[in-house]
Amino acid sequence: MSAMTDRASGAARFWRAIMVIARRDFGAILFSRSFIFFLLGPLFPVIVVGMAGGIGASVSGKISKPVLGIAMEGADTDAFLSAKERLSASVPNLPDTYVIIRLEPGERVLARSLLERTKSGSPVAAILSGPLTNPKLTGPEGAIDQWRGLVALVAGEAQRTDAGALPAVTLDKTVSERVDTTRKRIRTAQASQTLLFLLTMLLAGMVMSNMVEEKANKIIEVLAAAVPMDAVFFGKLLAMLGVSLVGLSVWGAVGLTIMLLGGQVPSFAPPAVGWPLFAALALIYFSFAYLLLGSLFLTIGGLAATVREVQTLSMPATMLQLIVFFFASYSLGAMGEPIELASIAFPLTSPYSMLARAAVEPDLLPHVAAIAWQAVCVALIIKGGATLFRRTVMKSGPSSGRSWFARRKAA
Amino acid sequence: MTESPDPAEFFHALDAGTRDERAGGGPLAIDARDLVKRFDGTVAVDGVSIAVPAGSIFGILGPNGAGKTTTLRMLLGIIDPDSGSRRVLGSENPHAIAHRIGYLPEERGLYPAMKAVDAIAFVGALRGLPRDEGRRRGRALLEEYGFGHIADRQIRQMSKGQAQTVQLLATLVHRPELIVLDEPFSGLDAISQGRLEKLIRGLAAEGTTIIFSTHVLAHAERLCERIAIVAGGKVPFHGLVSTARDRLPPQVHLETRNVDGPWRAVLPPGTEPQLRQAGGALFDFSLTGEVEPLLTALIEGGAGIQALSIERAGLHDAFVAIAGEAAARALEQDKEGNGR
Repeated sequence: MSAMTDRASGAARFWRAIMVIARRDFGAILFSRSFIFFLLGPLFPVIVVGMAGGIGASVSGKISKPVLGIAMEGADTDAFLSAKERLSASVPNLPDTYVIIRLEPGERVLARSLLERTKSGSPVAAILSGPLTNPKLTGPEGAIDQWRGLVALVAGEAQRTDAGALPAVTLDKTVSERVDTTRKRIRTAQASQTLLFLLTMLLAGMVMSNMVEEKANKIIEVLAAAVPMDAVFFGKLLAMLGVSLVGLSVWGAVGLTIMLLGGQVPSFAPPAVGWPLFAALALIYFSFAYLLLGSLFLTIGGLAATVREVQTLSMPATMLQLIVFFFASYSLGAMGEPIELASIAFPLTSPYSMLARAAVEPDLLPHVAAIAWQAVCVALIIKGGATLFRRTVMKSGPSSGRSWFARRKAA
Repeated sequence: MTESPDPAEFFHALDAGTRDERAGGGPLAIDARDLVKRFDGTVAVDGVSIAVPAGSIFGILGPNGAGKTTTLRMLLGIIDPDSGSRRVLGSENPHAIAHRIGYLPEERGLYPAMKAVDAIAFVGALRGLPRDEGRRRGRALLEEYGFGHIADRQIRQMSKGQAQTVQLLATLVHRPELIVLDEPFSGLDAISQGRLEKLIRGLAAEGTTIIFSTHVLAHAERLCERIAIVAGGKVPFHGLVSTARDRLPPQVHLETRNVDGPWRAVLPPGTEPQLRQAGGALFDFSLTGEVEPLLTALIEGGAGIQALSIERAGLHDAFVAIAGEAAARALEQDKEGNGR
């Protein structure tokens, strides 16, 4: 009973110490000038990504604008193309067309197999077949839904019918709805992974320099004597997490306001677990992605002796983050395969992969296991980092001013 | 709120095993045995044992690099010993009783942007004192020690001496039972050193145990009853200051009218006189036996005593005798370096 009470009061002391450190750091960062730069930080990657995305979209649009393939009888084909020519002046967004085959009267063609044959490297996204009185669109749901009305309009014009009597367009979807939904969800997953990466990327530099400042202020020994070093590490991480959540709230509010004022809300397929749960999981995985990377960087930064050493370490740290992101992104295309399981098991990529999984798969149990695993990893990294810090940094005597990295080099 | 406990209650709480002959049979605030610490294969502390009686002022003396700071850090749980045991205020886990300990490290440091009163409250909060109470006590302490006017000033706006005082007061704010001071006098001017000595005496009078490291023997000689001399990571002496001084025989300074005579037989062999112009001579030698036979021999032997003094050895001489000339030279160099 006494041992239990001791443990409980020990845990209470530990958490109290964490909160003292976290509160001090949180206040110090929030009311410092560097917080302004921290808030402005996301602008730069957003601008870069926006520019790259804009250029990419423009290039992509020019190279692979989807084309409507025509496989109709010769007379119908000519009538359709003439009608399209007449309408193009008054109706925007008419699809580009490409005549694949001019059929003889009475000749039939299997549009699906035709589409299949033209698929590789071809811009043809759908096939228009059948007579003008009952045209048939064959292709993936997205493309044929988009062109259905326009095809009816052109076919009606080709027959010179009244606007009120447009022919009915038959749709033949080549991709199942389920597959299409999965594809859209993967896009949601990719977007969420990218956002997660951008958010965590900003924090690395700040976390790495944290312990160096403490050493420069020479207050580290006061902290180390009063509370366990694990509590110092954890308190600092929590403070930075709090700061980043404040930043996230500010940016979220700004982004939402811009979207609402501009009336342009990006549309993503609803994630498999639903939006509310997905948002909650995104917050949890963001926290763990940050805590995992943060604890690692705090440890590395803690072993550095000077700000210059931290600056030298920033580049490899950024590279490490990129590798983590690429690994997680790559695994997204291999759901259920060993590579995805590896990225879920590897602590640094686990939050990214699990967030992507939440967008695509509705099962919740894996998330419970993953969150527990990530929490254990955070605790282990903090414990290891604190132990290493105590062993290598908290020593007196002639070598105390030298850094761990310098010693390794000298060795 | 952390209050200083009743001394009787505190002594009672100490484990019976901590009562030790090394503390004159009294309870121990610190009981460290055979502490060993290596850094990169170099032995920094090699089998250090220290027993600090509760309620005493204890000094750890030695030159820089002797292992004083490493020993203190092990006692405080900042680093763990490679081997050996430590028991501080009855606990083997110093962090578990951090609220009962105050620590002033050798390398002073506070957050530059913090106000004095907040810095004191922060250190108190680390030791379990509620922040508001810490601020209240911090303000009171600053007033008490004549620094009330800097209570709301940022650390970065203070002189070095003011910042050091703030950190010292931060060490006391939670009213610890044990205060550990690592080189507390370094960087202080003579007046501040005197104030600090007074403060230490005052705290000890209230029952607080104080352990401090220093390379200035005069402070230890004035303040401590017991000391540990640390040299080369070892403790060649541990005990009462008087015992350390008694390691050397008392020094006799004798001025006589007669240079020679039968009385010279009582002088240690090889004792040479300094002859005086006006006649007579000065003799300096160690007293190896009792005082009475010496006096009898001098009087009966016709020395013609003009002046005689017998002085106990000082702590510096004792340090030289115990730790060796090399350690004493290092100590002097540290002192000069600190003075510069």
